[in-house]
Amino acid sequence: MFGFKFLGNTPVPHRKNTAAMPAVRLPVHKEVLLHVAQHIGAPAKVVVKVGDEVKVGTLIAEAGGAVSAPVHSSVSGKVTKIEKLMCYNGQQVDAVRIESDGLMTADESITPPDIHDLDSLIEAVRASGAVGLGGAGFPTAVKLAAAKNGNIKTVVINGAECEPYITSDTRTMLDDTDSVVYGVKLLLDNMPTVEQIIFGIESNKRECINKLSEAFKDNAKVKVKALPALYPQGSEKVIVHNTTGIAVPTGKLPAECGVIVLNVSTLAFIARYAKTGMPLVERTLTVDGSAIAEPKNVTVPVGTPISYVIEAAGGIKDGKSLGKVLYGGPMMGVCVCTVDDPVLKTTNAITALDVKDSNPPAETACIHCGRCVAACPHSLNPTEFARALNVEIKEDRMAKLQATQVLSCMECGCCSFVCPAHRPLIQNNRIAKAELKDYLAHQATLKN
Amino acid sequence: MEKLIISTSPHLYTNVTTKTVMRDVLIALLPATAASVVFFGLRAALMVLICVASAVIAEALFCIICKRPQTVGDLSAAVTGLLLALNLPAKTALWQCVVGSVFAIIVVKCLFGGIGCNFANPAITGRIFMLISFGAVAGGSDTVFADTVSGATPLAAIKAGETDLPSLTDMLIGNRGGAIGETCAIALILGFVYLVLRKVIHWETPVIFVGTVFVLSLLVKQDLTAALYQVLGGGLLIGAIFMATDYVTTPINRAGKCVFALGCGIITVLIRFWGSYPEGVSFSILIMNILSPYIEKWCAKKPLGGAKNV
Repeated sequence: MFGFKFLGNTPVPHRKNTAAMPAVRLPVHKEVLLHVAQHIGAPAKVVVKVGDEVKVGTLIAEAGGAVSAPVHSSVSGKVTKIEKLMCYNGQQVDAVRIESDGLMTADESITPPDIHDLDSLIEAVRASGAVGLGGAGFPTAVKLAAAKNGNIKTVVINGAECEPYITSDTRTMLDDTDSVVYGVKLLLDNMPTVEQIIFGIESNKRECINKLSEAFKDNAKVKVKALPALYPQGSEKVIVHNTTGIAVPTGKLPAECGVIVLNVSTLAFIARYAKTGMPLVERTLTVDGSAIAEPKNVTVPVGTPISYVIEAAGGIKDGKSLGKVLYGGPMMGVCVCTVDDPVLKTTNAITALDVKDSNPPAETACIHCGRCVAACPHSLNPTEFARALNVEIKEDRMAKLQATQVLSCMECGCCSFVCPAHRPLIQNNRIAKAELKDYLAHQATLKN
Repeated sequence: MEKLIISTSPHLYTNVTTKTVMRDVLIALLPATAASVVFFGLRAALMVLICVASAVIAEALFCIICKRPQTVGDLSAAVTGLLLALNLPAKTALWQCVVGSVFAIIVVKCLFGGIGCNFANPAITGRIFMLISFGAVAGGSDTVFADTVSGATPLAAIKAGETDLPSLTDMLIGNRGGAIGETCAIALILGFVYLVLRKVIHWETPVIFVGTVFVLSLLVKQDLTAALYQVLGGGLLIGAIFMATDYVTTPINRAGKCVFALGCGIITVLIRFWGSYPEGVSFSILIMNILSPYIEKWCAKKPLGGAKNV
């Protein structure tokens, strides 16, 4: 149909139990915990101290570098504690505890930003604390800044939502269509080089496709494309390929090929920020999984404890016991250590799995069946990574790993999902990538 | 509050396992096994039983003696035993069945490291070992319905220049001399359809293998009927459907599998028409097994946005 083959062919179950449930706004929890690292890049720097009064939208940590994002208070109340805690990626960073007064008073300084050109758009997005809401958490302003060199022709809006269970983007597209439409207008008005905006949505979300097609039917620059409902359509390089036909070279960003990818919820947030000036302080997420009694979509302040949203979803199902709790869905989700951990800006779902579904199955010998090779959307051969990793001499091992092009792997998990021997394929990929990246960085410093 | 389980993603797995794959292969071989009993009598059932039992026991004992994790539960030894039995003529002595199965499992599979590590297909190599060692394994046996005793397979008859061949219908339903499981084309094709529907194998390998033999035979013999005899005779169908699609000993990528099948077809025709054996399917698969790693390397796909594999 588009003159190329769609990438992604893994029939991961959809389990979109909550697709028909608009998000419920929960009563505010008595306390929130805000990590300063809720994005990729440098952690933000805390600018409040214990005892400070804060309101909704008050800046509590400013961006800690070029690739970073500020953090704002999500409730009104008092800072009770600032402590070093482990965040989702294992880093020890500052975390600010705020006791809520329950009033949710907005900060007086909040006014809609003045957005009239690309620079003011980027500045506004930077100030809003926006990060990729699809889960990756890349600071959105940094992404948009790539448009400054004038080569960005296409913006892909990622509404694929290919992970099982998650429907928060679905609900954003259906319940907040106005924001999505306004977000597109903002991009087209302020990014003069952009020639087209393409929505990529998995075909199992027919309602979203119809609603957005209807909303944009008079705008020739906007296309809504149905993608096959096969994992991993939402992966950045996969969706770029499947919407535009462009294969982004390994080690490059889509921006270097003239494409920016934005998650649809990120776009809707930018639109809401442009209208109200309220920074990224709340999050709509799906609470589901085999251990959850009443799966639903909820809207809560960022920093709300996971235990609170699980309780709001009916708690643990009778006869089940909590085995694993994930930020995100079961394919790429990150395990939390405790349910006291907070909802982050990037948390599009909390997936709670029963103990029975939590232990990885026992691994057996590779039977060379080729399912992983067929499943890899990047056409890699996962069996080669393990073999290359076993090479004894470091230089040889690195040369072998480079030949396998393991750095192209974006850890979607298809290989591990399809493996009938339950080999730790993606775990090997991660080890291989980490070691190779270290080695290459070291080589680069030696050269200089 | 009990401790949560921590592991890296993914947290969801397919329910296909090595065991379910091997179970599907066994199910796909059921029609051919049933046909072997119909055409070659209870002797065929006895051979199947003995081959499967000795293959499974050999692997179990090997694992115990070598203190390795027990692997007979994955059913791959049963598949090897069953395939070997179906590739033998009914006149094979039962002790020879035992020797062949044990050779296939111990020498070809376990000594190389067990499932996933052998470079050659155990059943094929076991059969070739028996073919070379025991005269009785060469050629075929007559079916219980045969009115004359010839003992010759259609391919041997063609090679000898005889013209008294079974009808094409008999070739299709399996009423002809040969190994017990290879004769009934319909039963084998049923198995093929099942495996493709269950996504255990891709359709390309068997279709290209058989297609190559058909086209080359047509070119050499210039006769449609003769080419059809080449397709239905010998062990082509069972080899193409069940042995050339073995995961372990064939290229991992789909393009590689196609090249593998093409090579099998060409070598089969070379042996059948110009070699000293009337049948070449086993040898062709064994030779291509050896070439497999190279084919796999040559046929590796270029990663998305990456360089061609070096």
